[in-house]
Amino acid sequence: MNTLAFSATIGGAAFAAGFLGSLTGLGGGVVVVPLLTIVFGADIHYAIGASLVSVIATSSGAAAAYVKEGFTNLRIGMLLEVATTFGALVGAWLVGIVPANAIAVIFGLVLIQSAYLASKPRSDHATENLAPDPLASRLKLDSTFPTERGEVRYHVFRVPGGFALMWIAGVLSGLLGIGSGAVKVLAMDQVMLMPFKVSTATSNFMIGVTAAASAGIFLHRGYVVPDLAMPVMLGVLSGSMVGARLLFRTPTRQLRILFAVVIVALALEMIYHGLAGRM
Amino acid sequence: MTGPDSVMPPHDPRMQSIVGNLLRIGVLVAAAVVLTGGILYLAQHGGGVPDYHVFRGQPAYLRSLPGIFRSALALDARGVVQLGLVLLIATPIARVAFSAVLFGFERDRTYVLVTLLVLSLLLKSLTG
Repeated sequence: MNTLAFSATIGGAAFAAGFLGSLTGLGGGVVVVPLLTIVFGADIHYAIGASLVSVIATSSGAAAAYVKEGFTNLRIGMLLEVATTFGALVGAWLVGIVPANAIAVIFGLVLIQSAYLASKPRSDHATENLAPDPLASRLKLDSTFPTERGEVRYHVFRVPGGFALMWIAGVLSGLLGIGSGAVKVLAMDQVMLMPFKVSTATSNFMIGVTAAASAGIFLHRGYVVPDLAMPVMLGVLSGSMVGARLLFRTPTRQLRILFAVVIVALALEMIYHGLAGRM
Repeated sequence: MTGPDSVMPPHDPRMQSIVGNLLRIGVLVAAAVVLTGGILYLAQHGGGVPDYHVFRGQPAYLRSLPGIFRSALALDARGVVQLGLVLLIATPIARVAFSAVLFGFERDRTYVLVTLLVLSLLLKSLTG
């Protein structure tokens, strides 16, 4: 296969990854790394570099739509960004140290966990009438968000716990080349008790910033290969844009099950390759 | 626009549309530059055989910002793609810089400092 055919094939596969990532809400990155390493036999460092670049593209594209709706909490995002950015720098540093096979196993485990988290049903916590958390009040994190019955106030809790989990999300993002949106949403939605839509929008804002922190390091280390990142970034970006348009029609139950099977299969494949020492 | 207490609705529609456009334009410009470089690359090397199986790292000129700018200006195909990727990485960084300005308008010193801390980490990572 020559370079033209190879680029076209990767571009097509990346389009499918972006499409799947956007429909499942897991992001394109979680599919790109297994695809490039297992299917195309790329070195995992190159795969992580290309994946992380595509993560920035899709999250910035999606964030553009989110900000207009007024769900993003800029203060919370920026505060927690301190944790994810530091984490991402640690993760990028770990990529150079942790053996490729171990990265593959961690990737598989995180992928299963993320798919599980994303599949759980969501309901918003009613924090409107709870007593505000002193630390959250001092940091001016409480805010309102638009709903069908107008602006609803929400309070934010357990800031240190959310901050710690965000640091882990940052490490995973840098180490695995993913947006780790599932862990970010977990930190805000489950730990800090923020409304789900605010958590998702704020997580989306943070994903691009976190990914940019490790992408710079990857660039200088030579993990970002233009020939590989080019079809991956363009493919994932266009795939996720098409997926985002379809998202307004909720995917059917069969489709969700199909996604879950694909994701778990990829994860198990990653774990198997890692344990067998094939990375 | 601030409420009677500490609850602050940060939903100024004009600011949101500026941020939204900044992100959209950043991604689209980056994608256009990557695509241009990609077409150049495939026109020049499309018939060659790719090799991504073994990690070797990239040539030095594709790993530093000055090297990338120089090679992109010389219309080196891989340099142009890499320039597009740098623009892409710069997009969320620009958003953080813009957020610092927003917090500055609101005279919120704590968050100006928080944002500048994040911004400095990002710039340090990008410039190496």
